[in-house]
Amino acid sequence: MNKESAAALKGKKKQILDTWMANQTKDAALRDDLMSVAELQQQSEEFLNSLLKAFASSQAENPDSAGYEPIHDILSEISISRARQGFSPRETSAYILSLKEVLSQTLEERYKDDTTVLYREIISMNKIMDSLSLVTTETYIKGREEVILRQTSEMSEISTPVIRVWEGILALPIIGTLDSARTQVVMEALLEEIVATGSRIAILDISGVPTVDSLVAQHLIKTVSAARLMGAECIISGIRAEIAQTIVHLGIDLTNIYTKATLASALKMSFSMLNIQVTRASQNGPIGSKQNFGF
Amino acid sequence: MERIPILKMGPFLLVTIQVDLYDRLALTLENDLINMVSKTEAKGVLIDISAVSIVDSFMGRILGNIASMSKIMDAATVVVGMQPAVAITLVELGLTLAGVHTALDVEQGMELLRNKIGQLDTDEEGLYDSFI
Repeated sequence: MNKESAAALKGKKKQILDTWMANQTKDAALRDDLMSVAELQQQSEEFLNSLLKAFASSQAENPDSAGYEPIHDILSEISISRARQGFSPRETSAYILSLKEVLSQTLEERYKDDTTVLYREIISMNKIMDSLSLVTTETYIKGREEVILRQTSEMSEISTPVIRVWEGILALPIIGTLDSARTQVVMEALLEEIVATGSRIAILDISGVPTVDSLVAQHLIKTVSAARLMGAECIISGIRAEIAQTIVHLGIDLTNIYTKATLASALKMSFSMLNIQVTRASQNGPIGSKQNFGF
Repeated sequence: MERIPILKMGPFLLVTIQVDLYDRLALTLENDLINMVSKTEAKGVLIDISAVSIVDSFMGRILGNIASMSKIMDAATVVVGMQPAVAITLVELGLTLAGVHTALDVEQGMELLRNKIGQLDTDEEGLYDSFI
């Protein structure tokens, strides 16, 4: 791109910006629910300013040169924020591609009489804009991947709460399929909590685990062994009929592990292991009166 | 040379490992501890590893060895205060320390040992009763 074109584009900056904005707002893909027009105008003006400055630099032909660095930064920022806001890939890349159209028109007006130069300049401008739109798409995908990663880690954290059901008794309801990564999170959370609360019994409730295969069973056995090494005993509860069938058919040996059908019977077993007795209080008042509950 | 102190508490021996065990130190400990069990006729050995953050298969084996040796000499072994990371490592290494009792802290470990001794005493009384 030569100096002349850069100067021509610079001279028509106001016009380019207006047409570009008009194109963007006209486009059906514009999401004015996600971003206000004023915000878009400001973003576009900032971008156009840096782009024209880069066009005027000595290395205008090379989209990887230092002159384009601020543009890459602005573009990355725009596409990452758009990825987070929920724009689609088409909407995000339409931003830069609509500018290309306006720039072409302006160049066309400038070189009306000289088609050879026009052709050369359009090609060179196209090259730069294409490379910029690749940057947009790339950072957009990166932004989306960050969102997915964050959600995955949040999900694995949320889905493994360790509950203290009694003094010295922890319960860990496991919901969803247990894979190696989740077992690691579950095991660490449980063991940390055992140390923190000094609990001697942990109940692993697997009512929310859809299927138990040999790998899941192995993960469970590992967790139980680790807790045992630290001096706590584990009870596995919530074993449904079909899961019991699968375990036996697969030939998994759970004889060294305490298993119970329901969380209630596991709790009952923990009470007897800790020598705790729970008895019904003598009924002095009507059932449900406040004094019965020690308030 | 560095040595790990072995404390006598009534019928029990208490070992608190405050440093990271390297192989020679672990071997010395095994040797000292077994000699001490034989000398004091201890009924229980309590090993506190709450300060140990690194463990390997050798260390796991030494713990297993101490437990088996003590058992032959009529003393129960309790390992207390194992860190979560250490427990996970041992399980991943496939070492579940079969003959070793475990407890969360020294207090619960002592209680466990006392219960074991109590059981032993009543068992022996029963044994004598049947003789008389």
